[in-house]
Amino acid sequence: MTSVSRAARTAWRTGLHAVPTALGVVVLSFLLLQLAPGDAVDVLAGEAGSATAETMAEMRAHYGLDKPVGQRLVSYLADLAHGNLGFSPRYNMPVTQLIWDRLPGSLMLAGSALVLALIVGVALGVLMAAREGKATDRVLSVLSLIFYSVPAFWIGLMLIVLFSIKLGWLPSGGSQTIGSSATGIAAVLDQLRYMILPTVSLSLFYIAIYARLSRISMIEAKGQDYVRTARAKGLGETHILFRHVLRNALIPLTTVAGMHVGGMLGGSVVIETVYGWPGLGRLAYEAVMGRDFAVLLGILLFSSLLVIVANAVVDVLHGIIDPRVGGNDATK
Amino acid sequence: MSEHFILPRGDGPSLLAVDDLRVAFGEKQPVKGISFEINEGETLAIVGESGSGKSLTALSIMGLLPAGGTIAHGSIQFEGREITTLAPREARALRGGSIGMIFQEPMTCLNPVMTIGAQIIEALRQHQSLSRKAARARALELLDLVRIPDPHRRIDDFPYQLSGGMRQRVMIAVAVACSPRLLIADEPTTALDVTIQAQVLDLIDRLRRELSMAVLLITHDLGVVSQWADRVVVMYAGRKVEQARPDAMFGNPLHPYTRGLLNASPRLGDSYNYIDGPLYEIPGSISSLAGDRGCAFAPRCAHVRAGCRDAVPALATLSHGRQVACPVLLSEENRVTAVDL
Repeated sequence: MTSVSRAARTAWRTGLHAVPTALGVVVLSFLLLQLAPGDAVDVLAGEAGSATAETMAEMRAHYGLDKPVGQRLVSYLADLAHGNLGFSPRYNMPVTQLIWDRLPGSLMLAGSALVLALIVGVALGVLMAAREGKATDRVLSVLSLIFYSVPAFWIGLMLIVLFSIKLGWLPSGGSQTIGSSATGIAAVLDQLRYMILPTVSLSLFYIAIYARLSRISMIEAKGQDYVRTARAKGLGETHILFRHVLRNALIPLTTVAGMHVGGMLGGSVVIETVYGWPGLGRLAYEAVMGRDFAVLLGILLFSSLLVIVANAVVDVLHGIIDPRVGGNDATK
Repeated sequence: MSEHFILPRGDGPSLLAVDDLRVAFGEKQPVKGISFEINEGETLAIVGESGSGKSLTALSIMGLLPAGGTIAHGSIQFEGREITTLAPREARALRGGSIGMIFQEPMTCLNPVMTIGAQIIEALRQHQSLSRKAARARALELLDLVRIPDPHRRIDDFPYQLSGGMRQRVMIAVAVACSPRLLIADEPTTALDVTIQAQVLDLIDRLRRELSMAVLLITHDLGVVSQWADRVVVMYAGRKVEQARPDAMFGNPLHPYTRGLLNASPRLGDSYNYIDGPLYEIPGSISSLAGDRGCAFAPRCAHVRAGCRDAVPALATLSHGRQVACPVLLSEENRVTAVDL
């Protein structure tokens, strides 16, 4: 089976699965969120400090929060069917627009962190496997264990202390220089400077995972019979490493990295908060604190769609890397 | 019988000469000094049970000893050139170029994520300067040579799409891709169905003739030896205990271990269910890494004498290149006359 037809089939299957999955996520989240005490009006009223019971009732009526749960769910789903994610009382704008504003920031952060983690993690894993049992391997193993166990927010704060406060090399938060009038390449470079610390903090945990995982799967792959066959062909060690060992060692890595795509968006809640990064994670955090459930539901729906898409992409990638996957023509 | 009894193939010029090879893993020596020669165009079989050191001997020739293993002593000469001390680059030119090797497990010996064509082409282009197109054409020829049906359709298959026998054929195609002078086959049929075994061995034998290469056949299957080998080396606990032509060995085994092996093989005509008694087995188990004094087979030997445990018996050379490392049976005079069968 060609990878193109495989990709098409995966896309079709993903589309079929996405609808019920997303529906389930929305309904479940909607019901669960009803369990949280208070609503957006409580928070708004509390912040205003001068609200009366009448104005609060008026606001609830305005945002439709006074209706019974079932009725609200039905009208939410009806809106959803028309592509309308509702309206945020707190930001006073449509949820769709809020999410679209924040989505690029989140994707950029999670994407760059994932790419960085994969490149550095695999490189370290290959290095550790090559130096198995020697000093390099030991030191890197300990380091990766440390970065694996230390919470991301602490690493984020320590990086700020070191690079922003002590050394003054990098900004401590935000996404671009305030009031900057730079355009073109200068603007991109400015944004890159702001991305470095959040990206590194977010990726360190994943670098540790990928380094350890690729180390162990490299070591396992190196002992396989087909590597001995490759040696018996007289191939050079570099060729064997990349064509035979690494290629096979990457298979478990794609699976794990695929699952991380969703987790990374979740994990970036903390990092986005620490660095004041304008992404979905921070928006979600603010939505929870403000009981802004329409926003939260929208984010949850979006995240679940992202996870579904990421899984489909991984599925296709898997088929390319490992021809045995999904091949149902095993015996012709 | 086939022609080689009249004109023994074993009499060609020497291609590979292994002399007193010892393989060490730290303090332990699983191969304790083995010598043999392979002549051009012949099939030499090394037989022995698991742990006798036969596979390590083969891997030493390839320079592919597992991690921790070293050639502690001895020399291996290939086409008159010492190959144990080659620089890595020269050793790689030899591997897959002049010496090809196939292994026991065709299921795991091919890379699961590369097409079989790519794996053959890779071997070709490592040793010959071929364009991609020419290498692919040659790979198709090789698949045809090893009798893979419909090579054009199969060349882009992945190993999981092939049966065990087919995979072993692909392995053979890889091993003979660069027309080696010597093919080492380490238990090439052990993992295969009995019906496929003969096909694969026939294939190896045909290729030996067509490509005029020599074959070193590592096996524990005496049936394989009797049918396909020109000469047999019997190994026990890292040493050669007997060397003979198959007909001589089967007709008149001279070492107690060889006798034990032959007795332990089921024979046509024996009752299937061993009603007359169980199949013979050699008592005890191999202990190649045990103490080095005396004959390693002595603890299991029915003919053991007082002197057997004192010194390792020397290999006595008889006529027709026959060798045996057991003075006890040789001293039985009636046997000596029968040696030249």
